[in-house]
Amino acid sequence: MINLQQVRADFPILEQRVNGEPLVYFDNAATSQTPVSVLDAMRNYYLTENANVHRGVHTLAERATEHYERVRQQVANFIHAASADEIVFTRSTTESLNLVARGLGDQILQPGDEIVISIMEHHSNLVPWQEVAKRTGAVLKYIELNDHQELDLQSAQEQITPQTKIVAVAAASNVLGTVNPVKQLGKLAHAAHAWFVVDAAQFVGHHPLDVQEWDADLVAFSGHKMYGPTGIGVLYVREQLHDLLRPVQFGGEMVETVTREQTTFKKAPLGFEAGTPDISGVVGLGAAITYLQTIGWESIEHQERVLVNYLLPQIKAIDHVTMYGPQDHHTGVFAFNVRGVHPHDVATALDLAGVAVRAGHHCAQPLMSTLGVTATARASLAFYNTKAECDQFINALTAVKEFFINGIS
Amino acid sequence: MGLAKLSFLYQTLVLEHAKTPHHYAANLPTNGQELTLHNPTCGDTINVALQLQDHHLHNLCFNGSGCSISQASASMMTEVLNGKSVDEADQLIQAFFDLCMGKAVSPELQKQLQDAAIMGRVAEFPARIKCATLSWHAVQDLLQKKTD
Repeated sequence: MINLQQVRADFPILEQRVNGEPLVYFDNAATSQTPVSVLDAMRNYYLTENANVHRGVHTLAERATEHYERVRQQVANFIHAASADEIVFTRSTTESLNLVARGLGDQILQPGDEIVISIMEHHSNLVPWQEVAKRTGAVLKYIELNDHQELDLQSAQEQITPQTKIVAVAAASNVLGTVNPVKQLGKLAHAAHAWFVVDAAQFVGHHPLDVQEWDADLVAFSGHKMYGPTGIGVLYVREQLHDLLRPVQFGGEMVETVTREQTTFKKAPLGFEAGTPDISGVVGLGAAITYLQTIGWESIEHQERVLVNYLLPQIKAIDHVTMYGPQDHHTGVFAFNVRGVHPHDVATALDLAGVAVRAGHHCAQPLMSTLGVTATARASLAFYNTKAECDQFINALTAVKEFFINGIS
Repeated sequence: MGLAKLSFLYQTLVLEHAKTPHHYAANLPTNGQELTLHNPTCGDTINVALQLQDHHLHNLCFNGSGCSISQASASMMTEVLNGKSVDEADQLIQAFFDLCMGKAVSPELQKQLQDAAIMGRVAEFPARIKCATLSWHAVQDLLQKKTD
């Protein structure tokens, strides 16, 4: 069982007042907060180890390189990759997915080939595919939602065909509060001999991730949604793809030999890490993994489940509030609207009550139009949130609804 | 919670304009000048249309979807700018931007901004300044295009 008081002490940012009220940080799907141990690790790196990696022969350079590569192994273990060589460090989930779209999509797609994604995708797993489809003449197809606003496996079966070369889906939605049937989607993709790409950004900080159990070929995620720093991302590249995937950024670090005319590239992962990487970001990512493992998945999943079970019926019980996604179960992501009130007005009003939520299209405009809205508000939880914070949120939301609907002023 | 804080920004006047916006046209005339601007953070859209005659703004109207700040601000703007000369409009638009950014604006200009002067309170809500200024930017862009 999680010791909330102890856990919250690891996140000093949570203990402050915003607009005179205790801060309720319910924007964890946008970015999670960073524990002191991660900050200490990054600070310590700069204080004692800072040097460029894979270049120098001096002691600091070796220390930095050793630390950097140790985290690569740590990430591999964390997501159950077969080898550390399958872990490429990037800037973000977005950069990881752009690397896949250009480095794989541009290589293999012919006119008429299909890319299949779902309608709930974040723009980062949508726009790169639109662009690669334009460049190659491939067709971009969408897996639709079922009546419960979950990914429709039936639709996936219909969309994935022998012409499909790439299937790319989110493991968890940043809007609908759903976890997708990743394993089944992987089976459908591989039965069609398509490569299977998973956007795990919304999954990674909340559940144990096993790329081999998913049978995924490429998996992208970010450090800052798993209690690590911003600016660091990961792309898992299954070994079978190491020769097929082409680098998309060129320059220092990623080359073997360069002549006036020609360059040969390093193999994965270094061949995909052009330029000086975000070394302190990698160090922070490693510390975040260590932190998650110290808390333990069982405790994290349990605490989030407790909060979801507490919050879901209360959100649904407020009249004039529409909650999106399935109505009977949810991850810690709750997209909602107060009928007749714009979500930006709701978010500003909640902020005045100390509650931080997101409002907007959540970088998922095709999903918004499928839901028949232009924007929603969104509350998203992490294991360090409390029932008392849920109460503050519900009270504030009720007051905000009253204010705008019944015009108390 | 602090309803007082809420009604500081969302005053009755703002809520009234948002609820029943002035010069809201379901179908904008297409014979004048039209422009659509998007607020990329929320996906909101504002469409404005106007006609320029003898260097004056006429038939300024708008539609679109947006929060109550953006809708109220557009409604207030139509009251302020309709019938004004291009030069006057330019000056008032700039005064409105200054007000929203928390800069000092002369009492005379504030008076000319009528109801819109109240939107100056958005200066204390930096994330919402864009909502308040979107429609005014649309008119500014239209006037610039016309005079280029």
